[in-house]
Amino acid sequence: MSKGMYKAKAWGAKGGNFGILAAFIAFAAFPFYWMLMTMFKETRDLMNPNHNPYLYHMRPTLEHVRVLFFDTLYLQWLWNTAFVGFLVVLITLITAIPAGYSLARLTGKTGERLGIGIFLTYLVPPTILFIPLSKVISSLGLQDSLYSLVLVYPSFTIPFCTWLLMGFFKVIPKDIEEAAMIDGHSRLGAFLKVVMPMSIAGVLTVIIFTFTLVMQEFVYGLTFITASSRFTVSVGVPTFLVRGDVYFWGSLMGACFIASVPIAILYNLFVDRFIAGFTVGAIK
Amino acid sequence: MTKHTQSLADNERWLGRVMIAPAIVYIVALVGFPFFLALFYSVSNITVGSTETSFIGLENFRHLLHNRTFLRALRNTFVFAFVSQALVLVLAKTLALSLLKDFRGKWVVRLLILLPWVAPISLGSIGWLWILDSVYSVINWTGRALGIFGPATWPIWLGQPTLAMASIITVHVWRLLPLATVILLGGLTSIPQDIHDAAAVDGAGFWRHNFQITIPLVLPIMLVAMLFGVVFAFTDMIVIYVLTRGGPYDTTQVLASLAFFTGIDGGDLAAGAAIALFLFPVLAVSAILMLRLARRTEVT
Repeated sequence: MSKGMYKAKAWGAKGGNFGILAAFIAFAAFPFYWMLMTMFKETRDLMNPNHNPYLYHMRPTLEHVRVLFFDTLYLQWLWNTAFVGFLVVLITLITAIPAGYSLARLTGKTGERLGIGIFLTYLVPPTILFIPLSKVISSLGLQDSLYSLVLVYPSFTIPFCTWLLMGFFKVIPKDIEEAAMIDGHSRLGAFLKVVMPMSIAGVLTVIIFTFTLVMQEFVYGLTFITASSRFTVSVGVPTFLVRGDVYFWGSLMGACFIASVPIAILYNLFVDRFIAGFTVGAIK
Repeated sequence: MTKHTQSLADNERWLGRVMIAPAIVYIVALVGFPFFLALFYSVSNITVGSTETSFIGLENFRHLLHNRTFLRALRNTFVFAFVSQALVLVLAKTLALSLLKDFRGKWVVRLLILLPWVAPISLGSIGWLWILDSVYSVINWTGRALGIFGPATWPIWLGQPTLAMASIITVHVWRLLPLATVILLGGLTSIPQDIHDAAAVDGAGFWRHNFQITIPLVLPIMLVAMLFGVVFAFTDMIVIYVLTRGGPYDTTQVLASLAFFTGIDGGDLAAGAAIALFLFPVLAVSAILMLRLARRTEVT
């Protein structure tokens, strides 16, 4: 084969690869692109079947976004999500950090089994638990309260984050703690003063991850909360903005886009660590 | 510090137990306890308003097995989970392979591909609700503009049984593909380059390379991705709740959505719990597979 042919073949492979990627990107991102297109379009423009939907036939408008922020409970829902998210992150960190460390270092062979056991509870889905939990929540007098979500969400964030943190702690060399203990720290002291500062990135990953899980949760939110002012964003938008036969597509798409994209960007910054922790937990 | 706390801080066995206790208590209280409650509900006649509940044995299950909607949902759940998982695996493998090489702007590509997974699925599904709208569907508009759809063709994506199922499966694949891809990518990058080089030197072609080297090496991690996917697909009700509510005529109803509509909207907690428990065998099998997998990787 001549040099030119090699080159042509390399270019061909590159082009094929590019084509595959382009197709996947179109599939993955199109709904979000479509939300963005729709949120600035006049309703009369959207609802005219003769208009090419890929183009703007009238001037872009901010009206849908204004309606969303000032005439609906959207801001309240965003705030509710942030409130629940903050408290769930707090509870998750307080329980999962010590548990993760304990599994990584202190409990040995039993711990390994226990770790897998804890991880497996993540596989017990809300679908089995939401019915009994709805009764538990109502007997605690928490129905329609955001605290019902604060109480229940850690039941799925703790198992997952414990597993992730165990992975992160396992990668830290044991020598470092041993050196600290020779220097007179207790085991607990070595953990708090030496291991924790080294694990900031892992903890940040867990925070982001917990927050996305809270934002995505739907079934418990739908089950425990009926007052529209106490919805989280993932429940409020589909149940309250879609009522009856009238769909305010512009505002609806704006609501979806604004809530989805920032969290995705944040998540993307941490996804490598997330995968690393996940697989170390599974393999080591 | 007193002598007692001093010793606790150093006693590894006790420290280990104390540190893990809060997590275990939380999980037992909010996963274990409700799970047993679900078992109990399924053999009782409890409703949302009931104050007295009595044991009625397997009555709920017997009723379910004669209920056509339930049987339909059971079948749909399997179709939905297996078709979407098969598609996800094939697509994720393809996508992961083409993301393996480094190129400029890779992080943007990855961000775009991860979007469906990170964005709350209830919101993503609403995006699809608009794309699949019966009157303003952009797919139909494009199809007609390109001449793919004739003048008489105007699919109602969410209103015709087969199309509705296909739409739900598509949205589910859309949502689960990023996770499977990212997990597989992790597996692929951990294969040392030497192995690929050696295979190339020995003259292994594309298929042979794939089936004899790459796939066996990423198999454990591929199984992890698959188990997750199966569990998600089996237990998810969000896509269906937003897009079709199980319609038209229960043709897209699955166990999870039926459990919700029966137990919460309908107030029949006992029947809802019984429906949800039919998911349990699948989960148990997944859990056992996961444990086996964990043990196997432990050995190597």
